[in-house]
Amino acid sequence: MPAAPVHPGPVHPGPVPAVRRALASLGYAVGLPVLLVVAWALATRGTTNLYYPPPSRVLTAFVSTWLAPDTLVRDVLPSLGRFAVGVLLSIVIGVVVGTAIGATPWLRALLEPMLEFFRAIPPVVLVPVLMLLLGIDDTMKLAVIVSGSVWPVLLNTIEGVRGTDPVLVDTSRSYRVRGLLAYRYVVLPAASPQIMAGVRLALSIGLILMVISEMFASSSGLGYQIVYFQRQYMVAEMWSGILLLGLVGVAVAAVFQLVERRVLHWYHGSREVARA
Amino acid sequence: MLGTLGVAGFALTWELVAWAEVVNPAYLPRFSTTAARLVTELGEPRFWSALGDTVVTWALGLLIAVAAAVVAGAVIGLVPFLRRATHSTVEFLRPIPSVAIIPLAVLVAGLSREAALVIVVYAPFWQVFIQVLYGVGDVDTVADDTARSFGLGRLQRLRHVVLPTALPYVITGFRLAASIALVLTITAELVIGNPGIGRQIDVYRSAPDAPGLYALVLVTGLLGLLVNLVTRLVERRVLHWHPSVRREGVA
Repeated sequence: MPAAPVHPGPVHPGPVPAVRRALASLGYAVGLPVLLVVAWALATRGTTNLYYPPPSRVLTAFVSTWLAPDTLVRDVLPSLGRFAVGVLLSIVIGVVVGTAIGATPWLRALLEPMLEFFRAIPPVVLVPVLMLLLGIDDTMKLAVIVSGSVWPVLLNTIEGVRGTDPVLVDTSRSYRVRGLLAYRYVVLPAASPQIMAGVRLALSIGLILMVISEMFASSSGLGYQIVYFQRQYMVAEMWSGILLLGLVGVAVAAVFQLVERRVLHWYHGSREVARA
Repeated sequence: MLGTLGVAGFALTWELVAWAEVVNPAYLPRFSTTAARLVTELGEPRFWSALGDTVVTWALGLLIAVAAAVVAGAVIGLVPFLRRATHSTVEFLRPIPSVAIIPLAVLVAGLSREAALVIVVYAPFWQVFIQVLYGVGDVDTVADDTARSFGLGRLQRLRHVVLPTALPYVITGFRLAASIALVLTITAELVIGNPGIGRQIDVYRSAPDAPGLYALVLVTGLLGLLVNLVTRLVERRVLHWHPSVRREGVA
């Protein structure tokens, strides 16, 4: 009797291969970043180059600049607060107005070209306009964030509401599911994948506009501080600011992914079923 | 038809709000004033040279971003080891807001077009790169195996199997990248101050010359629409053989 072929690895996943696989994926995840940081450290060891400080100095600058209580309270938290409020406002306005427009065909036809035009305007050029109209206080900064990040939510909501399955709408109507009830249980779920796609864009635009609005006209905030460090040639501090913005960007993306998975778990599930 | 009415309604609302002087007229000129200013602006050589600078920076940035992303994406996408090894790094670098690197670009390259290009290339690069990665990964294994059993070599498979699969993804990435690159070009001009429409906007803001400012904002919107239109045309042209475009044509 011939011996049964021995399958290594995946076929009989004992405890050892499982551990090995986890280690491998950990290695893949941290390998390149570690290599890059080490390369950076080696390349800048004992350097006198002003522009590229070694990572250890950036790290010290990061701790002493951004984790100091007064910077945290004066610059970092207000910036993040404005970002959060601005994006939330954009989402609320975008979803409410977008539903109204998406559900009313004549309104949609009336407004569509104007909306496309507003979306095409680079959000940053509205900073000077809003500075003229509103001055340079917190209202202006919020208005800048909203004026840029409301469009993707708005336009995607319109598309999503418009694309609701007509059979679904008719069925729910014949069951007398109307008004808010229909909105909550038929229209909103149907539009939510599109809305979430818009929210993802709104988040990255909002973050950019938060920084820009502070770079232009402000005496505090993340954007202001980074530009200040650059003008003062405090290069390690400036790098640490870029690092902080990068971390904020990554954190925002991670939080979004968590929320999206929660809100759209039914959608991803049904897509997987459809694919299989 | 209704859309034209909507545009007219917007112009009329603007005119009326400015006419009623809800806000200081120095800050909100009438629509008619702005439109007239736009026409005079179109006759100025200064405007056209600014527009030319903007378009050159945009095109150059987009070209570099797309070329680099296609090469890097294809190499990394085709080699599973590289794909796994770079995943975490890409996911970290991608969400960094491009404006965060403005100070760095200014420090290294000065207040120049080169500094602007650093920013104009950064964000569109990731957009295209990710699309290329997806596109190359989407190759149908049956098609690839078939091509292999017919004796197609590595290069031939790249040309006849990988390229047609990846092209729709690349073009989508290109379309998004073109819009993002325009936004970043004008942003860079506004913040860094390299010549172009963006810098002209900042000049009019600090003058202050409200009609000029509003006229140029309208120009940037029109420029954005134009870029959308042209990239859609390019998409239809390049993908004329693809089912998604062919179906559109019939409908």
